[in-house]
Amino acid sequence: MKDIKLEKVERKPTSQLQDVWKRFRRNKMALFGGMVVVGLILVAIFAPYIATHNYSSQNLTNRLSAPSSEHFFGTDGYGRDVFSRVVWGSRVSLQIGFGAAGIALLIGIILGAIAGYYGGWVDNLIMRFTDIVMSIPALFLALTIISLFGASLVNTMIVIGIIYWTRTCRIVRGEFLSLRNKEFSEAALAIGSGDARIIFRHLLPNAMAPIIVQGTLFIAQVILIESGLSFLGLGAQPPVPSWGNMLTEGYKFLSIAWWIATFPGLAILVMVLFFNLLGDGLRDALDPKQKIA
Amino acid sequence: MSKYILRRLMITIPILIGISIILFTLMNLAPGGPEAVLMGDDISAEAAARIRTNLGLDQPLPVQYMRWFSSTIRGDLGNSFRTGEPVLSALADRLPNTLILTLSAFMLSLIIAIPIGILSAAKQYSLIDKVATFVSFIGISFPSFWLGIVLILIFAFQFRLFPASGMATYGMEGDILNRLHHLVLPAFTLGAVRIATFMRFTRSGMLEVLSQDYIRTARAKGLGERVVIYKHAFRNALISITTVIGLTIPALIGGSVLTETIFAWPGLGRMAVNAVFQRDYPVIMGVNMVVAIVTVMANLGVDIIYTFIDPKITYN
Repeated sequence: MKDIKLEKVERKPTSQLQDVWKRFRRNKMALFGGMVVVGLILVAIFAPYIATHNYSSQNLTNRLSAPSSEHFFGTDGYGRDVFSRVVWGSRVSLQIGFGAAGIALLIGIILGAIAGYYGGWVDNLIMRFTDIVMSIPALFLALTIISLFGASLVNTMIVIGIIYWTRTCRIVRGEFLSLRNKEFSEAALAIGSGDARIIFRHLLPNAMAPIIVQGTLFIAQVILIESGLSFLGLGAQPPVPSWGNMLTEGYKFLSIAWWIATFPGLAILVMVLFFNLLGDGLRDALDPKQKIA
Repeated sequence: MSKYILRRLMITIPILIGISIILFTLMNLAPGGPEAVLMGDDISAEAAARIRTNLGLDQPLPVQYMRWFSSTIRGDLGNSFRTGEPVLSALADRLPNTLILTLSAFMLSLIIAIPIGILSAAKQYSLIDKVATFVSFIGISFPSFWLGIVLILIFAFQFRLFPASGMATYGMEGDILNRLHHLVLPAFTLGAVRIATFMRFTRSGMLEVLSQDYIRTARAKGLGERVVIYKHAFRNALISITTVIGLTIPALIGGSVLTETIFAWPGLGRMAVNAVFQRDYPVIMGVNMVVAIVTVMANLGVDIIYTFIDPKITYN
């Protein structure tokens, strides 16, 4: 009999996170998106060092001047440097983006988890409530709430958060409904784990992938919504520069100074575009089954 | 069929009641309540109490809600705090304008997005597909009102091809061509995001169907690509496309707020914005209610269309 020599193949076990990273890395556009997003966050953090001028200092002798080497993006109707304001504006967009997305995810996860885990009439009640909130066009609802409580950066963040949780709620509920009946959650129940433990230790970690994807894409959407509300004068209040209220300013001078509206608009486009790219890439890497919807 | 529609219509009633409760509660959460605006700051406590009694605001909230509700279903939405005009007639003036704008934007986006989406899926990874995917990605990434601003800058100010604001030239309101001319930029502005999203929906819906076995069977039978794509694939993809398009209706109607503001379009969106700045609560409440009804009805419409498209759904 021939000697069979078994050779041990050395292969490092890969963790789930490594697999995700491997899939994510292959998607060049998503990788690029992620890098730009990190870059934009750095711009927001280091805004005081990047801005070339004070964002609120007015210079009425130098108003509406076209882009130049002194003012990269020109100056606005008060002679303020548009470039510095765009740089500072990234802070407002990111603060509201992360803040509102955080609030929406929190509400959506809690309600979705309860609905999906308990099912029955609790599920019915929560989902009908979700249907109702989804039937009011969000922007109208946002206007209404802001008119009641006043416009400010924090209020805008809260309002967007408490209106847009519905989609997360539906996603989490769907995940929980299917995970609840999997063997591992039945096993957890069988060994006597309580509801809270099953929800937080067993179900939620398994539902994280779509939540992360949803959160990333949602930040992009929040930035768009915030710019709209700020444009109407219902977001961050001057003198705090937000890209939305800079567009309002630019809109006034549209026919004589194109740069005031153009650059904040481009800034929004860049930030939202790369958050979307990152979100799409994360979806492919984390959750290959999910489709665009 | 009519039974199905009736049943579906019945479901909308609790939804509308739910919406009205939410809105009513919100209004009463306002600091000082809605009447604070009506009374102003320099009013004696005695006079304030008298006004509250007259308006029935000293009653418990559920009682107030029931009274509001019963007058609302009789068509009495109260009077504007600012103009004193009945809210209902103001809404009736504005609603058609918003419907014209949103419906045009909707049709425009369907006409442009669906053929491109089909083509993009049929020729996946071709140049056309890549360009369309890229453009639609950009399309969902910028605020539509900014597009409106850019369009005004280029087509109204630079080339003077289209008017920058309003629904018609003063004195020419009866001229349909003049109205269409005014509609082009706002409808495109409101529709642009939808073009991008509908295109993505159509493409992914088609790709999903095209990978199914029955499509392979259809091709194996020797059917032409045209028949396979339009008759077999698109018919089936249409089901999922209709669903997701239905889900975007509230966003389309919500988008009218910004589009109407930019183009000075006299619709509900602009009315809401003005009412918000004037803290005109009866108007805000009325606009929200009407907009919610329109949304719920539009969703109902989608559900009915759905039954025609999907042969698996029967209504008996």
